Amino acid sequence: MITIKNLHKSYKMGHNSLHVLKGLDFTINDGELVSIMGSSGSGKSTLLNILGLLDNYDEGEFHLDDLLIRNLNETKAAQYRNKYFGFVFQSFNLITFKNAQENVALPLYYQGINRKKRNKIALEYLDKVGLADWAHHLPSELSGGQKQRVAIARALVTNPKVILADEPTGALDSKTSYDVMQILKDINNLGISVIIVTHEHDIAEMTDRVINLRDGQIVDPEEATKTPSYV
Amino acid sequence: MFDLDRWQEIIHTLKSNKLRTFLTAFGVFWGIFMLTVMLGAGTGLQNGIYRNMGDFSTNSAFMWTQKTSEPYRGFDAGRRWNFKNGDTKAILDNVPGIELLAPRVQGWGGSGATNAVYKDNTGSFSIYGDVPAWNLIDPLTITDGRFINQMDLNRRRKIAVIGQRVKEVLFDKGEDPLNKHIQINGVYFTVVGVFKSKKTGGQADNENQNVHIPFTTIQQIYNYGDIVGWYALTSHKSTSVSEVTKEVIALIKRRHDIAPHDDQAIGHFNVEEEFNKMNNLFIGINGLIWIVGIGTLLAGVIGVSNIMLVVVRERTKEIGIRRAIGAKPIKITSQIVMESLVLTALSGWLGLVFGVGLIELINTAMGGGGDFFYNPTVDFNIAVTALTILVLSGTFAGMIPARRALKIRPIEALRTE
Repeated sequence: MITIKNLHKSYKMGHNSLHVLKGLDFTINDGELVSIMGSSGSGKSTLLNILGLLDNYDEGEFHLDDLLIRNLNETKAAQYRNKYFGFVFQSFNLITFKNAQENVALPLYYQGINRKKRNKIALEYLDKVGLADWAHHLPSELSGGQKQRVAIARALVTNPKVILADEPTGALDSKTSYDVMQILKDINNLGISVIIVTHEHDIAEMTDRVINLRDGQIVDPEEATKTPSYV
Repeated sequence: MFDLDRWQEIIHTLKSNKLRTFLTAFGVFWGIFMLTVMLGAGTGLQNGIYRNMGDFSTNSAFMWTQKTSEPYRGFDAGRRWNFKNGDTKAILDNVPGIELLAPRVQGWGGSGATNAVYKDNTGSFSIYGDVPAWNLIDPLTITDGRFINQMDLNRRRKIAVIGQRVKEVLFDKGEDPLNKHIQINGVYFTVVGVFKSKKTGGQADNENQNVHIPFTTIQQIYNYGDIVGWYALTSHKSTSVSEVTKEVIALIKRRHDIAPHDDQAIGHFNVEEEFNKMNNLFIGINGLIWIVGIGTLLAGVIGVSNIMLVVVRERTKEIGIRRAIGAKPIKITSQIVMESLVLTALSGWLGLVFGVGLIELINTAMGGGGDFFYNPTVDFNIAVTALTILVLSGTFAGMIPARRALKIRPIEALRTE
């Protein structure tokens, strides 16, 4: 599904160059539930940007379904993004002035699906996350857990191959976190790959495999756990 | 091309952000509204002033005799003199730039002294001896009958063309004045025509109490001999009336032994000069309107740009979300541009409608205009051009930040709380 070989990425900051990703190699198979763990500054959000086709990389290779992703223009990237990926964010990122159903239907709008059909599909997906009764509520009228479930429905609505979840439980209490993780697991059981970026160990432990990231490199779990948390 | 979903998206976004929509709309509305009202008021003022002048030929001039101020060829300074019938012929023969020449002379009476009688009614009116050309230089509206013609002059007919006010004073209501005989300074005249002034206000009131009788008749009846009171003339369109006046004055001076540099001997008044002064005044007023108008427009544009900047800033996150779920860049920019286009066009149009409405209201309230304000109109092309400029600059102003917003990496935008 996703193959990364010797991936490098640096950011230019004036005269200095910040080397963020220093040669990553990993593979994520179809239907895997993987977590990417690391403290802040480890490069996990940069990696997520690249995986989600929201940023370009400098060196190495990124294959998505045998497709080499390299220097895509924004239009092409948007197309792939819509086709392959569903995003779930820490802060839910629902559009505040659209109700739950409209939020879920938005990716379908960008696919050019007509209103009636996309609203019907959106309602089906809201039903799957147990929020069919809340379809006409604005995000401000929903609880954190409900918002995240709407966001998950939105990520699923295009029937993507991969769900990219950026700290999906970061803004939730532990009980709701477990609920959300359960939903993500259920999605994974349907054969969709789920990549969760997190810094919480208990969340990472619920996944099939953990990729530990430190200072732009993949490290083995023992080494990662040895790192004192105050660093 | 018409995409219902897209329109629903636009209307939805505008409706969901009422304050933002209102502020942007108001900036545009106000700019166009002010410009419309100012332009309308400007033309209203201009129309009002010009209408005061009636159909008065703008290429016309008047000249009259005054005491000489220099001794010349044996004559003392301070001599009184008169134009003569011979001058009329000489001017027409020697000054090719003349289009119309009307010698005029005034009869006695008027200014309060009774000089006109019909049956039991009496009045005090201004009596003028005129030729047909006068009605072409300063036209009147003939409501009944006719004006003086050449035959009247040739035969020295005792006929009169009377003003509206004269008719009202001398004749009973409903009585037809045509072919009735009125007495002017003891002589009977047949009324052959009634007229109404084309001017407005006080000038019209003055004109409406005039009586015109043939020039030759008045010269004989009042025993003027061949004296001409004063001249009214117009120049051909190709020549300036000021030039023609100069030539006529030079000719008259030669004929009456007046020193060539005696500027006092012939008084003259030139409508062209007055008209030019007025034109310059309006060029000035219009210039001012445009300076203020462009200023207002600029303020509107800056307002719209500012709000668009804020809007895009505020929407960075929304744009990030839309991108993350697969919106193509063109979809996002066109969405923002369409939103501002719809908003500015609609509110600009409203500004135009309200501006024109207010102008019309003023017009109606003034009962079709007073002495200085008449028929205020807005040049539609100018208004639409202004609107287009505003809409385009608003759109352009929205595009720059929209493009910048596209450059931000969505994850960063989405992570900031």
